[in-house]
Amino acid sequence: MSNHSCIEIANEWGIVSARQAGRELSKDIGFGSVDQARITTAISELARNIYLYTEIGKIDLEEISDNHRNGKARGIKVVASDKGPGIENLRDVMVDGFTTSGGLGAGLPGVKRLMDEFDIESIPGEGTTITTIKWLR
Amino acid sequence: MRSIVLQHMIDNKDHYIEQWRVSFDQLLFSRSESTIKPQYIQDEMKDEFVSVIFDTLTMDRHSRRAVVKRFVERLIHDGWIVSEFIMSLQKLRRIVMKDLSKHYDKDKFVDLSSELEDWLDEQITDLTTEFAKNHEEVKAIQKVALKELSAPLIPVFDKIVVMPLIGTIDTKRASQIMENLLEGIIEHRAQVVLIDITGVPLVDTMVAHHIIRASEAVRLVGAECLLVGIRPEIAQTIVNLGIDLGNFTTKSTLKKGVETALQMTHRDIITNEEPVTGGGLK
Ligand SMILES: Nc1ncnc2c1ncn2[C@@H]1O[C@H](COP(=O)(O)OP(=O)(O)OP(=O)(O)O)[C@@H](O)[C@H]1O
Ligand SMILES: [Mg+2]
Repeated sequence: MSNHSCIEIANEWGIVSARQAGRELSKDIGFGSVDQARITTAISELARNIYLYTEIGKIDLEEISDNHRNGKARGIKVVASDKGPGIENLRDVMVDGFTTSGGLGAGLPGVKRLMDEFDIESIPGEGTTITTIKWLR
Repeated sequence: MRSIVLQHMIDNKDHYIEQWRVSFDQLLFSRSESTIKPQYIQDEMKDEFVSVIFDTLTMDRHSRRAVVKRFVERLIHDGWIVSEFIMSLQKLRRIVMKDLSKHYDKDKFVDLSSELEDWLDEQITDLTTEFAKNHEEVKAIQKVALKELSAPLIPVFDKIVVMPLIGTIDTKRASQIMENLLEGIIEHRAQVVLIDITGVPLVDTMVAHHIIRASEAVRLVGAECLLVGIRPEIAQTIVNLGIDLGNFTTKSTLKKGVETALQMTHRDIITNEEPVTGGGLK
């Protein structure tokens, strides 16, 4: 639990704060500029979804290490959680172009491609938790 | 007829100025933007405030407001915090009250202290009103400046304009960009707009969406958009997000963008074979 931070997303400023924190942590961990941009963009998407579709939520950022992968791998874990309306059909929202807000509908499928691991859990009426990881190569 | 309290304060002006000024020493008048406040600047400001309050005792409200207005302008310009000046008026109240209670019997004192309150209320109202008014004006000016700064449009050649974007793009700024783009195109009769995103730290779906929408709007008013200054890492994330910029002409640098824009407006860059000598006007 060395490097952990939690940013509340209640307005547009929260999105900017989360991005800044993500950029700093990924730089500290040792990610190159392209991966830094990928991680920061993913955080931006997740944070903006919280801002757009829920009242309030948070982004947790954490440096992680995995001993199972031959030797030691380091990475960043980004968890976006909210107690908003939840998502009815998880398969729909992962399709490129699906949007309920007139956006591009590229956010969630984009995050999946930007990061290495992606997991989404959502219960309608209770909220959504999206966990993503990027490994340092 | 001047009120008894004011006449009393005018008659004992020097006495009150001295006492009030001493009470200032416990107060630290501070400035919002810095903690460094040399003693002499503090003293100067305190003296000025004393004279604003005491020199205006003999004035009518209208002329007094003009003095207060000038004083507040200076406060704001130098970044002083107004609340401390108002707090110091409470000290003056206490000092005058104490004297009044010594000189007058109880019934008279009640009358006089309400007179004093009225006068103080007026002072505080004038100070805060001027302060708020001035703040609003500053805010209005800053808003205009921010609007110009957040999405500037620069005509570089006949029919060609550039919009360099620097910094984070939020919803408000995105709509500013759209507005300035369309206004600028019409004003400068532009045919090509170069949007330079070299200074934009991150292009997510929202930013991309706004750029795409802006370029569609630009097309509707009869011009073309060129997207320039896409850094390599930004190009990568745009691809990862699956955003299709196929309808866009993109160039890596502003320089290449300008060259393309010149071609689009049927102009060439010619290098003279013989160097121009003399350098004077033709
Ligand atoms: N945290 C959330 N809570 C509830 N619904 C969500 C949440 N995140 C996403 N959604 C739903 O999933 C849909 C798809 O999200 P996605 O981020 O992929 O696209 P978008 O936000 O609509 O557009 P874009 O991100 O491209 O600007 C959204 O339109 C919204 O209906
Ligand atoms: Mg989204």
